[in-house]
Amino acid sequence: MDLSLIIMQLLSGIALGAVLVITALGLTIVFGMLGVVNFAHGALFMIGAYAGLYLASLTGSFWWGLLLAPILIGAFGMLIEFVLIRRLYGRSIDDPLLLTFGLSYVLVEGVRIVFGSDGIPFPTPPQLIGVLDLGIGFFPRYRLFVIALVAVVLLVLWLMLEKTRVGLIVRAGARDPTIMQVLGVDIGRVWLAIFGLGVALAALGGVLAGPMRSVNPEMGSLVLAEAFVVTVIGGLGSIVGAVVAGLMVGISISLVALFAPEMATIVMFALMAVVLLIRPQGLFGVKGRTA
Amino acid sequence: MRKSGSNLFRPKISRRAALAGLSASAAMLAMPRLGRAAEETIRIGFPTPLTGPFAAEARDQVKCAELAVKLANDKGGIGGRKVELLVRDDKLNAGEAATRTLELIEKDKVHAVVGALSSAVQLAVNEVTRARGVIYVSISQSDTINEAKDFSKYTFHEALNPHMTTAAVARRTLKKGMKVAHLVADYAYGHEMLRGFKRAQAAIGADNVGEILHPFGAADYSTFMPRLMSMRPDVLCISNFGRDQANAIKQAVDFGVKQQMKIVVPVILHNQRLAVGPDVFEGVVGGANYYWGLETQSKSAADFNAAFRSANGGAIPTDYGAYGYSGVASLLLAMQAAGGTDTDKVVDALEKLQYDLTKGPQHYRKCDHQSVQSVLVLESKKKSAMANDNDLFAVVANDVGSDDMLRSCSELGHAT
Repeated sequence: MDLSLIIMQLLSGIALGAVLVITALGLTIVFGMLGVVNFAHGALFMIGAYAGLYLASLTGSFWWGLLLAPILIGAFGMLIEFVLIRRLYGRSIDDPLLLTFGLSYVLVEGVRIVFGSDGIPFPTPPQLIGVLDLGIGFFPRYRLFVIALVAVVLLVLWLMLEKTRVGLIVRAGARDPTIMQVLGVDIGRVWLAIFGLGVALAALGGVLAGPMRSVNPEMGSLVLAEAFVVTVIGGLGSIVGAVVAGLMVGISISLVALFAPEMATIVMFALMAVVLLIRPQGLFGVKGRTA
Repeated sequence: MRKSGSNLFRPKISRRAALAGLSASAAMLAMPRLGRAAEETIRIGFPTPLTGPFAAEARDQVKCAELAVKLANDKGGIGGRKVELLVRDDKLNAGEAATRTLELIEKDKVHAVVGALSSAVQLAVNEVTRARGVIYVSISQSDTINEAKDFSKYTFHEALNPHMTTAAVARRTLKKGMKVAHLVADYAYGHEMLRGFKRAQAAIGADNVGEILHPFGAADYSTFMPRLMSMRPDVLCISNFGRDQANAIKQAVDFGVKQQMKIVVPVILHNQRLAVGPDVFEGVVGGANYYWGLETQSKSAADFNAAFRSANGGAIPTDYGAYGYSGVASLLLAMQAAGGTDTDKVVDALEKLQYDLTKGPQHYRKCDHQSVQSVLVLESKKKSAMANDNDLFAVVANDVGSDDMLRSCSELGHAT
């Protein structure tokens, strides 16, 4: 097996992992801070793709779609938190889980009614069509762009959480919401913002995945399963975990595809099983924390 | 089974006689209804995957099956009896399909079943209908049910089969000495198409340089592309179905595959071409049972299109839609000829039937009940060459149907 092929394979694994990271991140942040297992995450990923496509065709530019869809769907997420999820805080974890599970059906059916259940083409932005010659092989420009964009988003997110006052409040709120309230912080607003951020990340993942896959109402269901696997491997609620596990899963899928392609989908579940056996809390999870 | 069952019950004949007497008197009470029973509605069960990755194709099947029923009813029904279509969602799941089919037979008392899209689901439906002696007209492109071990006299296969399409496509796209690589969905449909292509390849003298099996329903194909490119084939055959076809071709094109090789598919799907757009599909060649553009060369196609247009607000029928239509309509023709729904008579009528519903003459081959019909080879048009939004494909070839296109009866295990 020649080396350049393995490097190309690694690169496709990283590109695959990048989308996984973005979607798993939204899921893990919302769970880590709010304790809500968001089963509508995949549906919101799909809604993001449709919103991106719609906005891109409205404005005539993919870039507006990429920018506006996460903002718009993030705001929609805040509305969901404010109207629905807020009422279930303090109850058992099953309640928001069931609520979001139901919500995912409503969203998928809604899209079927509005846009139809056939797939819709999501054209690649003209600047990123075609392949780049890397010397060892050709790689689609768009996928390279996805890797770069995800890296930037991760950097911004990290700076925001670690270096700003808002980030400090968010981290403290995740650890002990009661003390935060005693200290005079309106924790409700923090949770609103966090849920919005989680949903915006799902939508961003959807817009990014759009030009790689066709856009259809069911595109979120597989993504939801993948995102869960990634968060479980990385450790529920861990941001670093989501990033490491996302890339790990992407690269494993890719390398397995090289040697035993028919096993490519199973490998991530095998990885999850192994991690759970050895480290039940996930790679970066906190011991004792259970979903 | 049945024999041992009757042995078991032999000592209890008196009870059976009592039962018979009871039912006879029940029938007498129901006498006034008997007159109506002769005009009882003809019910046709139609399981199809309305949800899941083949939903677009399934919905077209339903629309066209409904059209066939509507046209029959508009003409006063079959022998004066109204026809009713009972559509059920099989969710692309064999267990679900078996349950729904069983319900259709036992509870809804359907007279025949038409439908199913996926190979595994088709097998499940066939299993149920075969055991209960109900006619089943399959419109799935897999043809395992035509092989002797799964076949029964109630089993009919209206769709094309892998052998027919791959042979026609290979004949137009492969040449002696060409290198061919395969990307194949890892389930019955993919395996059957691969087998068909390899057989055609061997006959033509093209070389196989590699095969990659991908999991069914995969969303990402990028991980297979570097290896496919490194095989340096002249032709890449992508044998998968529904959204898998759209995603696989789109991602192959993203990786620049088309600059190096030609993409060929066993069955080029109307809806998937719509789902990813003309640029992605440009130049892709594949087989098809039907394309609306046939209307310029076939009167049957023109009539079918016209009927569909008037029932669906000017829309055109698709490839899989045409299966829904011809599957139901051929069955209804046979019922008409048989003068009712008596299963044995309808089976007999289907075997004798010569029909021309969408594209030219068709008939069911006696030994395995495969519909002998024409095979189209289509090439996806460049955007600039499209006259309108529906002008998707150019017809490369229209092979007239003949028994030579099929695997022989003896190869399928049937006595000849």
